[in-house]
Amino acid sequence: MAPIRSAASPSRISAVTTPSRAFIDGSTAIVRGAVVSGCDFFAGYPITPASGILMSMMREIPAAGGVAIQGEDEIASIGMCIGAAMTGARAMTATSGPGISLYSENIGLAVMGEVPLVIIDVQRLGPATGGATTVAQGDVMFVRWGASGGFPVIALAPTDAIDCFELTIRAFEWAEKYRCPVFLVTDKEVATTPVTVELASLASNGPGRQEFATTGNPYRFEPPGRVSPVHPFGIGDPVRFTGSTHDEGGFITKHLPTVAALNTHLVAKVADHATDLEIVDHDEQSGSKTMVVSYGVTAGAARQAVAEARNDGYAVSSLVIKSLWPVPEAALRRALAGVERIIVPELNPGLYANEVERVAGGRPVIRLTRIDGELIAPATIREAIA
Amino acid sequence: MIGISSYRNENPYPFCPGCGHGSILDSLNAALVRLALDPARTVIVSDIGCSGLSDQYFSTNAFHGLHGRSVTYATGIKLVDPELTVIVIMGDGGTGIGGTHLLSAARRNIGVTVLVMNNFNFGMTGGQHSTTTPEGAVTSTTPDGNLEHPLDICGTVGVNGAGYVYRGTNFDDGLVDRMVEAISHPGFALLDIWDMCTAYFVRSNKLTRRSLETAMGELESGVLFSRDVSEYSASYRAVHAADRGRASGLIPEIRVAFASGLDRRFLLTAAGAAGARVKSASRLVGEAAIRSGLWASQRDDYPVTVKTGHSISQVLMGPAPSPLAPAGAPDALVLLAPEGLEKARRVLSAMEPGSTVFALPEFRDVETRARKQVVELPRISKAAVSLAALAHAVQTLGLFPVEALRESARQGPFADANLSAIEAGLAAVS
Repeated sequence: MAPIRSAASPSRISAVTTPSRAFIDGSTAIVRGAVVSGCDFFAGYPITPASGILMSMMREIPAAGGVAIQGEDEIASIGMCIGAAMTGARAMTATSGPGISLYSENIGLAVMGEVPLVIIDVQRLGPATGGATTVAQGDVMFVRWGASGGFPVIALAPTDAIDCFELTIRAFEWAEKYRCPVFLVTDKEVATTPVTVELASLASNGPGRQEFATTGNPYRFEPPGRVSPVHPFGIGDPVRFTGSTHDEGGFITKHLPTVAALNTHLVAKVADHATDLEIVDHDEQSGSKTMVVSYGVTAGAARQAVAEARNDGYAVSSLVIKSLWPVPEAALRRALAGVERIIVPELNPGLYANEVERVAGGRPVIRLTRIDGELIAPATIREAIA
Repeated sequence: MIGISSYRNENPYPFCPGCGHGSILDSLNAALVRLALDPARTVIVSDIGCSGLSDQYFSTNAFHGLHGRSVTYATGIKLVDPELTVIVIMGDGGTGIGGTHLLSAARRNIGVTVLVMNNFNFGMTGGQHSTTTPEGAVTSTTPDGNLEHPLDICGTVGVNGAGYVYRGTNFDDGLVDRMVEAISHPGFALLDIWDMCTAYFVRSNKLTRRSLETAMGELESGVLFSRDVSEYSASYRAVHAADRGRASGLIPEIRVAFASGLDRRFLLTAAGAAGARVKSASRLVGEAAIRSGLWASQRDDYPVTVKTGHSISQVLMGPAPSPLAPAGAPDALVLLAPEGLEKARRVLSAMEPGSTVFALPEFRDVETRARKQVVELPRISKAAVSLAALAHAVQTLGLFPVEALRESARQGPFADANLSAIEAGLAAVS
């Protein structure tokens, strides 16, 4: 973005002579994104580095006419969100890795009961208490595989504060459209570091609310990829919700064909729409045989390293993945055309590189990992490029 | 008035012969009929275990979730739609694994009714002991007798504020009346209803209706608490009524009204003690940089403790945005406290001769290759030192107009104190 001294065309002068900016962290952008998305229920439990979201939501949500509450623990917090979502609220919760551990069983419930729910994970260094005030990207597999059964969820990863805003909106939209937990996987640095933003970049409106169902079966398994709208408690006919294997009416069943249809549907409703769920930022340089694949906070260093390498005369491409789950395989395959060597920097033992490697079809994947609670420097990635 | 003769659907109960659960559900049905509730505005939330099957036999709304967490779902439902009637059905098992939720629901007085089908063991999973198994009782996991004291469910929620609490058995004549009272109570209501698990507990402990009622007679029973309380979802709405539509102060606008000649990235690091306003002073510097057309970010480093230990703030500013990354050695370091110095020793030794260290007099002897400036501040309060020293550094380095810093102070909290701190810093000699 150009600084004011480069004001060029007369038509832009008024806009650029008094730019309207703000100094906000990713947590603030997430809260703004939730509010413009019509979030009207929040429950959370204090945990560093996610507490900023909890505290802001306690102020913003009542002003927006909703309810925000601090649960007695993480389990209660996500439980309240699930009850609220099935009563028609747009619900969100926020925690860090240790809290995701406690969410685990209820994440499975939200998958099974097809609950639209946005879960913010502000990653910190693990395992266990780990480094409460230090950055990591160690939960990228955990959010996908953190509930029993192995059924799919959606996970998005913002690279900066503007992404936090935009992807929170997208998370609410997809949680409702696909009726499943949608994770926003961010980290201590993006969530708690104030950065400069243009206020105009926080101006989007949230998704419109889908119409509720008011009668008939609350679930539909056929065709498998189709998702029926939520029928909230208290609106229209009585409705049933269960975390057990169930029929389309929400009654518990062990009837094999019905259970097969239910579980096939839970997979297909995400898998069949995988290409609709891809968000990547592909910065391709023609002729480049090296590509840096990054996500989250590490994308900032990756972009800078790629720019520096190009300045030094090297051909290199960059793929920033903003939709971690499902893995954006189609976009990744397209970006891999002509690439012979892939560099994946991440703040964990090299987890997401395994997914990249799976799609890369034998191309060498170089893992740049850092697990001491500090960010990866652009110079580290620059050196790996050439 | 809805004249429904039964809230049961056509599904037959699945309970064992002699089990008390069916009679408790019959009493609930009778209570719902008496209250003439709209089934579409009534939600039965069931826990796990035999009691967790209960929702399937009613024509109301139903929510069947995880073990012990039923009260949390009920709370979410009630908070969103306080006019709904929400009834939780759980077993004694749920009072163990979900004990903290019961306590919190009682303390909040969230307006839900909890029916505990208390048969002293886990009937669905093989007759294991639960929180309410009597001392000495034989179960599949206490073959030589239970060594734990049973949980007093009613006493626990009662002393923690619950609006209505009742203890009885499924044989009680007045059970329907008590259910009507509980469901009608605006606050948190709980009925601890003892019954017999004929599959396990009765067989191992020779429990009969007579011995059950004798045991009950040894305890305080009946309606133990019934009191006026403030129901949580109503209180929440009352307290926050004035907030509705309030303008958000979440993202204060910063208008660019000054100009800076800074043509490269510049890292200004403040190294001080936690609790000494290092972060808030650095934030004002960052805001002032933005007010001057620069792009700023502020990476903070601090321990989990609050007012002890170090506090390091790195304000990175420049004519273009920079990614979040390790910024390397600072272009200027402001030394404010021993805790900060200790933490900053590594960057201090990495600083180049062209960079600057602003040191309070107590750090005048610190060794560095950087240009060292000892800042002699006038006598000011401790709370003002961080901002004063940073203002001095901003002015000395000529990063942006100090008027931008004054403007940030004016628009933020503690404006007068911060403006005084800035003036003290500008008056300092170094």
